Amino acid sequence: MNFKRLIKYSFLILIPCLVQILLLKNIALFGVAFCFIYLLTILSLPTTIPQIPLLLTSFGIGLLIDIFYDTLGMHALAATFLAFLRPFWLKIISPIGGYEDTTDPSISEMGIRWFLTYSLPLVFAFCLVFFLVNQWGTGEVVNILNKSFFSTIFTVILAIIVQLLFFKRSRGI
Amino acid sequence: MLRIFQFLYSLRSFLIFILLEVLAIWLIVANNSPQGGAFFNSSTAVVGSLLNTQSVVVGFFSLAEANEALLSENAHLSEELKMLRLFPDSVQIELDSVFAATFEFKGARIISNSIRFAQNHLTLNKGINDGIKPGMGIFNAEGVVGRVKSVSANYAVAISLLNTGLLISSKIKSNNAFGSINWDGKSSRQARMLYVPRHVTALVGDTVVTSGYNAVFPEGISIGIISSVIQSGDPNYLDILVDLTTDFSKVRYVYLVENTEANEQDSLSLQSKIQDEF
Repeated sequence: MNFKRLIKYSFLILIPCLVQILLLKNIALFGVAFCFIYLLTILSLPTTIPQIPLLLTSFGIGLLIDIFYDTLGMHALAATFLAFLRPFWLKIISPIGGYEDTTDPSISEMGIRWFLTYSLPLVFAFCLVFFLVNQWGTGEVVNILNKSFFSTIFTVILAIIVQLLFFKRSRGI
Repeated sequence: MLRIFQFLYSLRSFLIFILLEVLAIWLIVANNSPQGGAFFNSSTAVVGSLLNTQSVVVGFFSLAEANEALLSENAHLSEELKMLRLFPDSVQIELDSVFAATFEFKGARIISNSIRFAQNHLTLNKGINDGIKPGMGIFNAEGVVGRVKSVSANYAVAISLLNTGLLISSKIKSNNAFGSINWDGKSSRQARMLYVPRHVTALVGDTVVTSGYNAVFPEGISIGIISSVIQSGDPNYLDILVDLTTDFSKVRYVYLVENTEANEQDSLSLQSKIQDEF
C-alpha cells in the first residue's frame, strides 16, 4: 500500500510540474490570467501531512519551477507562503467532526463547494505574493491586483477540470 | 535552558518557514541584478536540453513564418549589397580597418522566452562552445532584443529588453539626442526613453536607434518609433514613450554582437572612474 502511495505522489508532483513548464509557461489569457496548475500538487497533498515536510516539498517544487522560469526564488517564496497558510486554513474550514484520516482534500472526497472555499483564498494569497515580488519596483498596485485576481480564477477553474477528468473517484488508493 | 529549547521546538515549523522564505528572498536578490552571476537557471544542461526539445517541436509550426522573415531579410541584404557594388571602378573607399574588426556577429535560436513578467529572460541554444560570452548584445532584423547574462557550455540566458532592470544606451536618429531605453513593465510593445532633456525637440514618429556609446551594440540598430512625447512632472526630462519595432511574442532567430574592444573601453572608463549605465 505504501509503495502505491509513493508512486501516486511522485506522479502527482511530476506531471503538473511538467505541464506547467512545457505547456502553460507562455500562456496568459488576455495578458493578465496566468495559470499555476502546479499548485494543485501542494493543495492535494493529504491533510495529515506534518507541516515541515509540507513546507520543504513546496519550497522544492517552487524552486524547480523557478529554474525553468528564470525567476529564481519567486515561485519558491510564494509556494512556501501558501504551504505555511494551508494547515491554518484547513483548521478553520474543517467540517463538523473533523477530517477522516488519510483523506485527500479533493473534489471527489469533499465536494466542489468545499474545494472552492479551500482553494480560492490560498491560490489568491500565492498570486498576490508572487506578483508583488515579480512586479516589485514598478509601482503598479492595480496591475498586481488585476493579475492576481484573474490568475486565481483561471488556476482554480483548471484545477477543478483536472480533478474531474483525472482524479480517481474511488477512496483509498 | 531546557524551557528555551522546548519553546523553540514548539515553534519549529514557523522557524523553518522563516528560514525558507529568507533563503528564497536571498535567491531573488542575488540572481536578479542584470549582471549578477546566475547559478541555477535555464542554461544548465538538463534544463536547456528539455527546453530545446520543446522549442524544436513548437518551432515546427512556425517554420513558414520564419522562412518568410528570412526571405525578406535576404532581399533587404541583397539590395544593400547591390548598392555597395554600384561603384566598382571609380574610387576605392578604404573601410576603416579599426571599425571593421571591432564587432563580431553570431547567430542563435531562442529556445525559451517570456514577455508577461516584469523581469523577462530569454534562453539561447548557443553557449561557450560557440563563442558566446556574457555581455554580448542581441538583436534581430527588426531591432534590439536584449543582452546575454550568463552562459553554460551549450546554452545562454539573456535579459530581454522587456526587463525593468535593463538600460540600453540610445539616441533619436533625427537629431542625435541621446538617452536610455528602459522598459516600464506594462505593455510588451512599448518602452520608455529616459534622460532626454526638455530642450530637445522630439517628435512623434521619430526613430530611436542604439547610440553605440556603451560598447555593447554598434551604432544605428533600430529600437523603436516615438509614439508620444509629454512634458510632465519631472522638471528636467521629457516623458517619451517608444513603440518597439521588435515583436517579442514572435522573436525566434537572433544575431549576437560582440565588441572585441569592449574590455579595453571598459577598463579605460574604470581607470578614469566613470560609472557607466549599461
